[in-house]
Amino acid sequence: MRYSADEVIEVFRMLNEEDLDIRSVTLSINTLYAISDDIDKTLKKLGSLDKTLEEFSSAVDEVSGKYGIKVVTKRVAVSPIQFFLEVLDEKDGVEIAKFLDKLAENNRIDYISGYSAFADRGFTRGALKVITTLSQALNSTIRLTGMINAASTTSGMNIEAIKLFVDKIFEMPPSSSSRTTIMANVPPDSPFVPSAHHGLGMPEATINIAVSGPGVIEGAIKRSRPKTLQELHDVIKRAAFKVSRLGELIGKSVAEKMGINFTTVDLSLAPSPNVGDSVAEIIESMGIEKMGGHGSLAALAILMDAVKKGGAMATSAIGGLSSAFIPVSEDAIMVERALEGYVDFYTLIALSSVCNSGIDMVGVSKSQGKDKVIGLISDVLALAISLNKILGARIIPVDARPGTYIDLGGLLGKIVVMRLKDVDVTRFASYTGFIPSTIKRLELG
Amino acid sequence: MENAIIIVVGADKPGIVAGIATKLAENNANIIDISQTVVRGIFAMIMVVDISKCKVSLSELRKQLQEKGKELGVEVHTYHEEVFRYIERV
Repeated sequence: MRYSADEVIEVFRMLNEEDLDIRSVTLSINTLYAISDDIDKTLKKLGSLDKTLEEFSSAVDEVSGKYGIKVVTKRVAVSPIQFFLEVLDEKDGVEIAKFLDKLAENNRIDYISGYSAFADRGFTRGALKVITTLSQALNSTIRLTGMINAASTTSGMNIEAIKLFVDKIFEMPPSSSSRTTIMANVPPDSPFVPSAHHGLGMPEATINIAVSGPGVIEGAIKRSRPKTLQELHDVIKRAAFKVSRLGELIGKSVAEKMGINFTTVDLSLAPSPNVGDSVAEIIESMGIEKMGGHGSLAALAILMDAVKKGGAMATSAIGGLSSAFIPVSEDAIMVERALEGYVDFYTLIALSSVCNSGIDMVGVSKSQGKDKVIGLISDVLALAISLNKILGARIIPVDARPGTYIDLGGLLGKIVVMRLKDVDVTRFASYTGFIPSTIKRLELG
Repeated sequence: MENAIIIVVGADKPGIVAGIATKLAENNANIIDISQTVVRGIFAMIMVVDISKCKVSLSELRKQLQEKGKELGVEVHTYHEEVFRYIERV
């Protein structure tokens, strides 16, 4: 097969100058076989993962080496720990957490995800134990991540889960709270930490891929200088197609090597703190001087639709959390705009209506109190319920003033402490119980 | 046939083609096609190479070519052809 010089140079430019890489290859694996009411038995059974993780790690390295494509992180998603804790004690949860963390470390896995529970309407014993041990588990590990699904369109919203979750994240340093999130409508198959887990209805093991290519999209817009919105949409769509194809190639190759199912490519754009790897920069290249300015929402809506349409043609394996992610600390331009005041909590909530950002990797000052954070999370989850979509809130409580930032370094970037409104919401936050499922539930049957 | 695509970028000077070609021959990789182009004013050579009988893995070949490139003062990027096929062809 012949390629023109232009085609070769295009791919070369995407990979070298525009930072196109594979954000993550995730092995999602069923671990429910290890459930036992004896913690020693559970850990022994989980120990059999060691071999599979080693095999996975080597497969990713080999594929990455063969194709010369950078894979930024290797991840493993296990069955939600909630199921284990239905029959085990609270303290055993922390034992499992440490054990999984060690397994990941031994096998060069960057994140192991699944310290998770579903509590949309209320708590089972297992779900409650996951939440109550969340800070202990995350504070005693480095690579473990987890989430609480506290709301869904079908079941409503569990405000008790939100309150407990906020209590727990206030007990964590940023290195721990950046590894957990509270969500609504969580999907069963996603490679994104902290919410990845091996969901019900999945085969024994699957490979999921997340691609990162904000630089490619931005480069395509800048080079083509579109005049109409249709042209703009088309340019993004074409670039997104190419980005997703790379994900499909890597995902299929790793899955084939391991002899397991290739499940999904998340049709997504995810930033990193590197210059030229920012989703906000795409919006600015579309003609919004500063991300957060009026028009940002429309621009993001165009971006999202085009990314999904381009990606849908590139792969039949669609799933997970297809969207543009804008974890604030991980996107160099978002950090700047947040510090300049162009991006605040309400901007993020508005943006969430057209993509899956939610409120992701944003700091709050502990001195502003827990009630406002409970209110903020319930806003995000309510939006998710109303729009029947997946959203989450990953909030980092810190001992710092609003308007400042804390540098976590690496992929996590700079945590900007955003101002919560100085409005008393104590009474709203003091309600107990749950918000009933909405009328949408009836439409679903 | 299993192909790799090699891209050599840098300032033009004598000996680049010979240097890269020799390294490929040492490893039993067969050059199928060579073309030259100019990317933003910089010399760029694109080679299609059959690696099905190559003595070393593609990642090892990539490493060796990168080292050779350093000696020659050029950047050498080596990719599997499938990357191009996946991205550029449906």
